[in-house]
Amino acid sequence: MRRNTGRLLRGIALLSAVALGATACGGSDDDSTGEAVSASDVQAALEKGGTVTVWSWEPTLKSVAADFQKKYPKVKINLVSERSGDKHYTALSNAMSAEKGVPDVAQIEYFAVNQYALGKGLTDLASFGADKLADKYTPGPWNAVTQDKAVYGLPMDSGPMAMFYNKRIFDKYDIAVPATWDEYVDAARKLHKADPKVYIANDAGDAGFTTSMLWQAGSRPYKVDGTNVKIDFSDAKAKQYTDTWQKLIDEKLVAPVNGWTDEWYKGLGDGTIATLTTGAWMPANFVSGVPNAAGDWRAAPMPVWAKGDKSSAENGGSSLTLPALGKNKELAYAFVEYANSGEGVGTRVGEGAFPATKAELQSADFQSTKFEYLGGQEANKIFAESAANVASDWSYLPFQQYANSIFNDTVGKAYVSGTTLADGLKTWQDASVKYAEEQGFTVEK
Amino acid sequence: MSTPLTTASPAAPAKVPGRGAPKLRTTRRRTAGKPRRSVLLTVLTSLIVLYTVVPLVWLVINATKTQTGLADSSGMWFADDFALWDNIRDTFTYHDGVFGRWLLNTLLYVVLGAGGATFLAVLGGYALAKFDFPGKRGVFATVIGAVAVPGTALAVPTFLMFSKMGLTDTPWAVIIPSLVSPFGLYLMWVFATEAIPTELLEAARIDGAGEARTFFTVALPLLAPGIVTVLLFTTVATWNNYFLPLIMLKDPDWYPLTLGLSAWNSQAETIGGEVIFNLVITGSLLTILPLIVAFLLLQKYWQSGLAAGSVKE
Repeated sequence: MRRNTGRLLRGIALLSAVALGATACGGSDDDSTGEAVSASDVQAALEKGGTVTVWSWEPTLKSVAADFQKKYPKVKINLVSERSGDKHYTALSNAMSAEKGVPDVAQIEYFAVNQYALGKGLTDLASFGADKLADKYTPGPWNAVTQDKAVYGLPMDSGPMAMFYNKRIFDKYDIAVPATWDEYVDAARKLHKADPKVYIANDAGDAGFTTSMLWQAGSRPYKVDGTNVKIDFSDAKAKQYTDTWQKLIDEKLVAPVNGWTDEWYKGLGDGTIATLTTGAWMPANFVSGVPNAAGDWRAAPMPVWAKGDKSSAENGGSSLTLPALGKNKELAYAFVEYANSGEGVGTRVGEGAFPATKAELQSADFQSTKFEYLGGQEANKIFAESAANVASDWSYLPFQQYANSIFNDTVGKAYVSGTTLADGLKTWQDASVKYAEEQGFTVEK
Repeated sequence: MSTPLTTASPAAPAKVPGRGAPKLRTTRRRTAGKPRRSVLLTVLTSLIVLYTVVPLVWLVINATKTQTGLADSSGMWFADDFALWDNIRDTFTYHDGVFGRWLLNTLLYVVLGAGGATFLAVLGGYALAKFDFPGKRGVFATVIGAVAVPGTALAVPTFLMFSKMGLTDTPWAVIIPSLVSPFGLYLMWVFATEAIPTELLEAARIDGAGEARTFFTVALPLLAPGIVTVLLFTTVATWNNYFLPLIMLKDPDWYPLTLGLSAWNSQAETIGGEVIFNLVITGSLLTILPLIVAFLLLQKYWQSGLAAGSVKE
């Protein structure tokens, strides 16, 4: 009971905070400094010292901050890591609208960068020379943090998708590891028939997963050009996805379990959830969240829509940004650069983060890393190949956070009632269009 | 406003002073000679006991498990590994011992918030019970009305107000709203009316004691059981407070335990986040221990506080 109350209260808190944030979103319209900041300015700031407040829940930043402080003893990194996800965005939006307590560096997931950039909440890092770093990063993440020539953050990690599967279960029932989505549906049927407790995957409606699936299939439901948006889930590629996934839902082949819950962790551990198609960052979560299934899991390329095809997509991942209202911009940029492009990357990869930088992805060391959890597999080879095959022309909505929040009320219905996935997407589209118009976007029909 | 925030407090809802307790006492007296047995009542009581004890038992059992043990074993029995001491150590050392900081924060909020609320309730309750002044009915209506307004409804307006005053994200944002306890005031009022004979106050006045002295030396000792009752109420309310700090505080250094544990729990929902369900569970157990201790130690006062003032001796 206490948990339900907590959740309800949290919901109310979010609602009220969102309402607060929404009214003030257009408030801060200054501070688009076009002046270039030279490397020597940054160096001078580092020697002068100061404090940089960083809001980020990325666990590997702790070591990076310690190293950074060792290197520049006059700089203090104040890492605030207790908030994550929605709570983090609520706090960030509130601080921005109150124009008080805004951090100097904020972690923002790729899907939400657009939103904060459009609200003029973020500093354009091109003035620091960040635009010259384009070639360092893989296309998916870089595309997510840039708009035209503006760079709103440096990619911290990335989530090229792969399919993790429980080898113990697949071996037990002698089922081939699927390489295409059609084979995946077959495998789902066989698994569930062999043991009705086993599901090929969990899916109770997850906006991030659905958009990633559309991304891989080649559907481009969102087109964004400044304040002009187009939202359309009706293309043939989207249909290809909904037709296939509908089979899994209709035949009850996916477990009705939400991701990131304790039930989910349990299912991943005891073999009742047999595959997980998600970002390459997953092994770190496996190690800490599902220690009891060590050795059971392996990685495989994400199933594709046609044999021989190699398309992939990104799922998750975040960047570090400099909020426009933050202070100590030179120091803040120096830290972000250090963590996401400089020496910090090596430290973070060493601690299990999945990089967004090409050099690390292609290094022999990285590729030959053996994952003890995955039975000694050199899984980074699979992940790096996936990263290279991500189409870079995907874009999220400038209000993706809101759109994702209504996903369960629209598409989510397909998982619990007679609504089809395609109808659900249409409802989601309509609701998103309505919201876009209310917010003053020009919606192309 | 703090009272309605604590619907989760274990003892608060069932006992309304002046009703449940005295009835119990008279029943016991009457049936002392020939105890009656009721199967239905026994079964019902057992169910309620189970209902309240099972979550506690679950908490204690699972606080002894490692993260692996949690996933591998059944919830209602021990895993092979007994890791309670390790868990407790890890809870206090994780993230540079932030749990200890949260514990101290909670204590600060309880001492200042609940202590202050009790103090104000005692002063106010005594005044309302023993002094006649114009507008007393109005005060009564306001207090009763305030008891009925859920704290959640006031939280957002309070936040906006505090935000204007620049108090959000400071401990005051949690302490000041906790100082107001309409329910505590009402309780003290009812209690003071019954527990302090007006004749006694008159005697004190005739003997030449000033109002302050009368209050502190004559009234206060008589009010002790009631004070403990109100103190327990407000302590539980402040200790368990989640929603108010949630919207008021951004800086994790000022989090109370409730928010801190919730933050730890949501680590499991993030990419690369360390899953520490074992520490969340152990932390929860450690969080409720002081409350359980307080209840056990103060049980005597609590019960007599509930009963006293409800019957005319």
